[in-house]
Amino acid sequence: MEKIVKNEARRDFLKVSGSAAGGLALAFYMPTARMAQAADGGSPNAWVKIAADNTVTIMVARSEMGQDVYTSMPMLVAEELEVDINAVQVEFAPPAEVYINSLLGGQLTGGSTAVRDGWEKLRKAGASARMMLVAAAADNWGVDASKCSAANGMVKGPGGKKATYGSVAAKASTMEVPKEVPLKPASQFKVVGKTKQKRLDTAMKVRGTAGFGIDTVVPGMKYAAVAMPPMMGGSLISYDDARAKKMPGVHSVVQYSRGVAVVANDYWTAKKAVATLDPQWDAGPNADLDMTSLWSKMEDASNGAGAVFRESGNADQGLAQADKMITAEYRLPFQSHAPLEPQNTTAHVTADKAVIITPTQFQQLVPHVVAGATGLKPEQVEVQTTFLGGGFGRRVEVDYCIDAAEISQAAGVPVKMVWSREDDMTHDSYRPAGIYKLTAGVDANGKLQALKFKSTSPSISSRLFPSIVKDGVDPFAVEGIDNFPYLADAGMNFSYVMHDTGVQVGYWRGVSHNLNAVALECFIDELAKNAGADPIQYRIDMLDMGSTKHAWSGLSAGVPVGARMKTVLEEVKKKSRFGKKMPAGKGQGVAVMEGYNTVIAIVAEVTVDSTMDVTVDKVTAVVDGGTLIHPDQALAQIQGSINFGQGAGMISEITVKNGTVQQDNFDGYRAVRINETPKVMDVHFVKSDGAPGGLGEPATAVIVPALANAIHAASGKRVRTFPALPENVAAG
Amino acid sequence: MKVSFKVNGKSETVEVSSDTPLLWVLRDTLGYTGTKFGCGKALCGACTVHLNGRAVRSCQTQIGSIAGSDVTTIEGLGGNHKVQRAWEALDVPQCGYCQPGQMMSASALLSTNKNPSDEDIDAFMSGNLCRCGTYPRIRAAIKAAAKMS
Ligand code: FES
Ligand code: FES
Repeated sequence: MEKIVKNEARRDFLKVSGSAAGGLALAFYMPTARMAQAADGGSPNAWVKIAADNTVTIMVARSEMGQDVYTSMPMLVAEELEVDINAVQVEFAPPAEVYINSLLGGQLTGGSTAVRDGWEKLRKAGASARMMLVAAAADNWGVDASKCSAANGMVKGPGGKKATYGSVAAKASTMEVPKEVPLKPASQFKVVGKTKQKRLDTAMKVRGTAGFGIDTVVPGMKYAAVAMPPMMGGSLISYDDARAKKMPGVHSVVQYSRGVAVVANDYWTAKKAVATLDPQWDAGPNADLDMTSLWSKMEDASNGAGAVFRESGNADQGLAQADKMITAEYRLPFQSHAPLEPQNTTAHVTADKAVIITPTQFQQLVPHVVAGATGLKPEQVEVQTTFLGGGFGRRVEVDYCIDAAEISQAAGVPVKMVWSREDDMTHDSYRPAGIYKLTAGVDANGKLQALKFKSTSPSISSRLFPSIVKDGVDPFAVEGIDNFPYLADAGMNFSYVMHDTGVQVGYWRGVSHNLNAVALECFIDELAKNAGADPIQYRIDMLDMGSTKHAWSGLSAGVPVGARMKTVLEEVKKKSRFGKKMPAGKGQGVAVMEGYNTVIAIVAEVTVDSTMDVTVDKVTAVVDGGTLIHPDQALAQIQGSINFGQGAGMISEITVKNGTVQQDNFDGYRAVRINETPKVMDVHFVKSDGAPGGLGEPATAVIVPALANAIHAASGKRVRTFPALPENVAAG
Repeated sequence: MKVSFKVNGKSETVEVSSDTPLLWVLRDTLGYTGTKFGCGKALCGACTVHLNGRAVRSCQTQIGSIAGSDVTTIEGLGGNHKVQRAWEALDVPQCGYCQPGQMMSASALLSTNKNPSDEDIDAFMSGNLCRCGTYPRIRAAIKAAAKMS
């Protein structure tokens, strides 16, 4: 039977508006459920549950996608709660107002903010709960709380009195919530900063028992495989379900907003049945989109005026008066998130309720979009967050939750929808591509006098959070450059041209640091070379040591961090023996950046062979990430970020032809493998008692220019078009 | 068709179409969800299991071809296998999704090569992707496991 279907536009619910809570807080407003009172035991607050049997459960309100929130966040609570961190249970929190990330304004995991946001909040939650437990025990004993103390899950009172937390938990939850909550000084930390602390999720992850979204099983569940338009912006015209419906094990064939799904008793049957549907697609508005036209339109756009987001002095005059002008243009490609767990969601939608079990970075949004898609109310939608098999920003999007809910509703059964790798890679929201034009005016010694920086790139926030985009500037598009760390006395001018290419873009690990800071740090290397200077000393000599607040980059330190930059640069010089004599074909390159209030300098060493193929021999990183909560996992994030950035900088790229993404699996879209990872990775942390910086993302950006600059040192070739594949190196 | 084989020492008989990949039989039919799906094309290694002691990609292994075979999954590694102990000692996993496949490959490598060099590790493990970039620790953990009894 031939079906004519119409694509329904039920996806407008992201257009929520409201006012920002200040700073960079994402300007949207969504009512969330109030924290429900725990049924048994005691919940002194939303972060801690203590059962009568002394089981302590700490709620984690961010998604665990590898970055260690499952351990680092409970460590913060346990530090003040005075419980054994290795004996606590951890639970992922449901959507609720109390769990909103103050740095982002939503219950959202992203922007390397989990620990930054939780640093005070979670220690206070632990301290407040402890004070209520102590107050409850003191009240039982008829003594003053100040005569009591707490340690290792136990309240101690005068005369050897003891009470376990479990024995006073129920009463504690009725005690007054303390208004003043003093915190321990760093010198008394027992949990925070513990070098030997293990991840609390490792045991599950080495036994295969950690529950990822794709592992979800609910009673009566069927499996769904899907067919979605291959062209971006395409839609379903028709399909033929005659063969699929005859296949044993097929439950139903259902149409949903974005495509058509087969629901079956197992995934393989669903997958095979989808292959028989013969869907016809309307290619939509991007039918002719290919890279040649895409780049040429972007180039045209880059010649127009941009929105100026930072300016000082008179850059044009400074350039005109400079001894020499140096210009460069860099092109950065689209990238796919490609987390190893393909998108999936288990949904059970009935007449008055929806249960959504999903690997999401944005649980707070899910009830709203599912309500919009199903006709239910947000409060009828229950969301359970699983472990995430990688996220990298992909799971800030909630598209796949909507799909699964629609399919379950249409099929009338609980459904686990699983995307194939091909579905996933061709239906991503991609890291934006962009053109970066830099012009410098330098004096006779090569010293920077004036600078113009212009980026041309799509805006992510215009789709996801339109109300934060103001005067042509998307704050997430100027990251990594609004905090330009150097001085150019005659003048500086930074502008952004917002340019939609037709390719849907999304937040990708490191977001625009991976664009702006990459171009900038490659360019600074060109300036250092022109000056005949040591690239590390060249940077140090022009660092901005002032304290003028930056206008836009909300997740950065917000002010220049000259002293910290100088420290990491000097350290990385020593640790890498930068400037040592290198054999022919080998070279060292450096880059530095502040992002997420973390300052990182990286020196990369590469070999470039005669075919312009690049091998990464060694990476030395010096990181000032403030106070480290879980040092070993801070290290793991830097190691992982170096690999992730290396992939984007050197081998991975998404391209489009006829509106269709050309790479659909890990053959076309390459990711770094164990044989390509740097042979030596040497990571050092600067000792610091500053507030924690974000560590999940910044190194992904810093590694890229360090590699490109090393490639130049090794081969004399400037990489101006990324990734640094042999043809792009050769063209430099 | 009906196929009988052993999973982690236990006899199983399943009735599925003969072209069903072992991966989906393990995950959907038998509930061994420790074995992961990443690419379905032998490109990522997330689905690696042992078939009669050898590492194979279960997404490319049709159930019809393995009657009578012995399959070992991450659940069957036992939890105390030296690879698992080394992985735990070094806190290798980040998101953890690739790790069952990594450990099944690593244990197969160590079963034939007691003391693998960096080159041996590269050659044997390059089929196992890790998007989180846990490679430095995977390498170190394989070497640590090689020294364990
Ligand atoms: S799922 Fe089998 S190799 Fe990727
Ligand atoms: S630990 Fe996440 S993919 Fe390997």
